Amino acid sequence: MNGFLLKGRAHKFGDDINTDYIIAGKYTKTLNLNDLALHLFEDIDPNFSKKMKGGDLVVAGKNFGCGSSREQAPIAIKESGIAAVLAHSFARIFFRNAINIGLPALVCNTDEIDDGDELEVDLENGLVLNITKDKKIPMEPMPDIMKHILREGGLVPYLKKYGDFVRE
Amino acid sequence: MGGTIVEKIISSHVGEEVKAGDFCVVTVDMLMCHDATGPLTIKAFNEFERENVWDPQRVTFVLDHAAPSPNERVSGLHDMLRSFAKEQGIRFFDVGEGICHQLMLEKGLVLPGDIALGTDSHTCTYGAVGALSFGIGSTDASGVLLTGKLWLKVPYTMKIIVSNSFKPGVYPKDLMLNVIGILKADGADYLCLEFSGSCIDEMSMGGRMTLCNMAIEAGAKGGIVPPDEKTLEWVRCRSSRSFTPQISDKDAYFIDVLHIDAAGLEPQVAFPHAVDNVHPVSEATGIPVQQVFLGTCTNGRLEDLREAASILSGRRVHDDVRLLVCPASRQTLLEAIEEGIISTLLEAGATVIPPGCGPCPGTHLGVPGGGENVISTANRNFKGRMGNNKSNIYLASPATCAASAIEGKIADPRKYLS
Repeated sequence: MNGFLLKGRAHKFGDDINTDYIIAGKYTKTLNLNDLALHLFEDIDPNFSKKMKGGDLVVAGKNFGCGSSREQAPIAIKESGIAAVLAHSFARIFFRNAINIGLPALVCNTDEIDDGDELEVDLENGLVLNITKDKKIPMEPMPDIMKHILREGGLVPYLKKYGDFVRE
Repeated sequence: MGGTIVEKIISSHVGEEVKAGDFCVVTVDMLMCHDATGPLTIKAFNEFERENVWDPQRVTFVLDHAAPSPNERVSGLHDMLRSFAKEQGIRFFDVGEGICHQLMLEKGLVLPGDIALGTDSHTCTYGAVGALSFGIGSTDASGVLLTGKLWLKVPYTMKIIVSNSFKPGVYPKDLMLNVIGILKADGADYLCLEFSGSCIDEMSMGGRMTLCNMAIEAGAKGGIVPPDEKTLEWVRCRSSRSFTPQISDKDAYFIDVLHIDAAGLEPQVAFPHAVDNVHPVSEATGIPVQQVFLGTCTNGRLEDLREAASILSGRRVHDDVRLLVCPASRQTLLEAIEEGIISTLLEAGATVIPPGCGPCPGTHLGVPGGGENVISTANRNFKGRMGNNKSNIYLASPATCAASAIEGKIADPRKYLS
């Protein structure tokens, strides 16, 4: 994807991190999207929004983003400045929502990544480099249509450009 | 090889035969948005700078998540949806009409063989009428408003065959909690669940809705019950729109089959803080509860209120318990009043709140206190779900919740059955 390289520190989470944990329902009733970032992961890590820095990466186990269809979940992550989410697997709706708003959601073996590790993510070549551990971790290829939507910056710019879905 | 019900529904909306694993673009029969996710949908749609949505007849807006509005900010979001619906000619259900999923089915807006989408993960409820329905995000929904289409990957189907009948005191909610306990939160990721067997044949439409509603809690894209005579009767008295029911071919490919003996089930309880943390009620009895919630898109229907009322009839809610009752729709509330169910619940000490999502998503009404335990008929018990991350939520059937309200602790409903 245009030689796009991301570099940042890992914030490690476990399995089945649901969308309520990413952003609680009580905070979702707003269109001031940057307010959402203040409460990111609040119920499971109350200091998260204070300790993270722009460009950091969220790293998780399996089924990240399960639960509600609330798009406020990937929006809260993106608005906070987190550059991408890496997980063993994603829940279906979260995965689509993340790509649709232009937040890279990447599937890879996250066992070899610990909290605080420095990572480099090479989106074009589908590779994660764990700089701290000097390990290369391949990413699972993304479906062509999702790659295309992500390359355009999300579904809205994609549909603005093409007016409809195009055959891959 | 033949197709599953899901493959056949999708093929009919693509215009060519597709199989599980294929990527395709489908036409959409119905889109639903509510007050928690609709504003973001409109915001994204406005970025397209188009005047009109693709087909207002195929769009429904519902105010249910924080309704009536608890504050000025939410009132603004409600107004945004109200005005957009009016400008575009979109079907609109205002505050007090009920929960989106209940309305979509009760009003006959989703029919067998349809593809129906909603900006809510429990949109999968409509599988109860043999439709393929699932939740999407707000941006995907804005794409539907623009094009009337959605791209998707055709899911594989897992068949769940439920034989025999429930013993007294055991309900569809117990079955579904049991299934989720077996599959776990990601056991059906990207799959559809097709429910069949003699227990499903006997099951009411409301019970089928409870099953399909919770398919998402095992990660499934959707749950579906093959339409039968009961389904056709349900939709025929609610809609005059034509439809094409689909069922799986005999030689369809299922990725897995799970057999459950309904007669072997006892009441089930999901413990905090995960829906798949499921135990038989015998392991939960005696746990104190301070709030009991009867309602939601899972179990707020007439038959659910009726079950609870039959247990609470002539009895009192425990002094240390608040019992909140939230009928799934205005229609449900009206019928419950006519049947005397509401009187029974009020006389037992219940508080009845307006039809809608109520305390389930933690946005208004009935937020539990710190350290309190809640037993609820809802579908989710994540930490903080009801608005307080220092409370604990247990999930169970309406009957188990009613019995627990009487005792002030989690109780087995079977001893209260007459």
